[in-house]
Amino acid sequence: MNSKTLKINDMNKIKNISLIAILCMVAIAFSSCKKDKDDDNTDPAGPNFSGTYSQQDQMGRPAINTVFVGSSDKDDFNRTVPSAQSAKYQAKFEAALTGLSPAYANMGDENALGQDAATFTGLLATDVLNVSLDGTTTFFDGTNVLTGRALADDAITVELILIFGGETGLTASENPTLSDDNVSQNDKAFLTSFPYVAAPW
Amino acid sequence: MKKMKIKLLAGVIALTSIVLISADHIDAPAVASGTSDITDFYAFEGENSNAIAFVVNYQGLLSPGATADARFDENVLTEINIDTDNDNIEDLVIQAIPRDGKMYFFGPAAPSQTGLDSKILDEIPQSVTISTYGAAATVGEANGMKFFAGPRDDPFFMDFAKYGEIIAGTATGFDNPGDDTFAGTNVLSIVVEVPKNKIGTSGTINTWVESKSK
Repeated sequence: MNSKTLKINDMNKIKNISLIAILCMVAIAFSSCKKDKDDDNTDPAGPNFSGTYSQQDQMGRPAINTVFVGSSDKDDFNRTVPSAQSAKYQAKFEAALTGLSPAYANMGDENALGQDAATFTGLLATDVLNVSLDGTTTFFDGTNVLTGRALADDAITVELILIFGGETGLTASENPTLSDDNVSQNDKAFLTSFPYVAAPW
Repeated sequence: MKKMKIKLLAGVIALTSIVLISADHIDAPAVASGTSDITDFYAFEGENSNAIAFVVNYQGLLSPGATADARFDENVLTEINIDTDNDNIEDLVIQAIPRDGKMYFFGPAAPSQTGLDSKILDEIPQSVTISTYGAAATVGEANGMKFFAGPRDDPFFMDFAKYGEIIAGTATGFDNPGDDTFAGTNVLSIVVEVPKNKIGTSGTINTWVESKSK
């Protein structure tokens, strides 16, 4: 901890505007006001971020906790490290999937990727996003599967197809009114350059 | 009279909470609609094909009128985890945490410990001024990396309301066309772009994002 950090933290705690004004005037008298100090980068240590930060939320793929995790488990799932998620949650995910979708009602039923309920939920229960460093990064683009998640990917419809579509989900869904939410693109165009996400409304 | 006002206010707050929670992306009770509730995570090849961009969003369903006042929580650390050897344990982390109008970035580097508890990496951070509503995006650049933090349009699109009705049994299928529940709403975004050679060589990485607080 350095003296500059202490000063800034202390000042932030003070709600009284007139007190801040007085302190700032004092600071100006010593030729360094708070704002000036914030804007220069002469202190290599920067602000004090010490301490232990504990898990609150986590996600890899979209909507996994929302769709597959029961209400009593949602907080626990957020606090289970990915390397432990499959052992703890695959069976629960499989029960949720078969309860949710008639496309897995019969023995041997598979999704459009050729995965049965156990295989598919084994993949989903470890909630990480797989990202290729070698080329196209997309949730699914007709050719590449789970090589990333781009902003324009209709990831929800991909998940719905794999949940409800059955073996022929990509061309002739077994449950057509459930395998596409019919919202296929964002309400604003994305940017081709960093930061890629569109300006706010 | 004063008591009645307080009661009324409490009722309004309770009602508002219910509406927000029922439309929340994640909907886990401990984080729902709070400042540590991650709404979305994206990872994709950047405009420069030698880089990967990560997007982390918070505070979903911000109305345009509420966006200017929305702030990142200075007590919440964002940690992007990167597993380079396919054991689903983080080998590298990128950390972001706000302070006094700036977002500070650490990494990618090996964390001092893996798992649910984290310490900030012991290194000199990069920082970018958090962009304000209505102003052009401020982008930071250093060491081949790019940094952004601030309000953006929510890039997520889905007929979430109809999905909720289907799950609740009050609808039997989606409408066509659907209705984007997130249209016209904003989020607070953190975007960081990293050269691929800082997070691996080739093949596939596994990545996930965590919010952590003191």
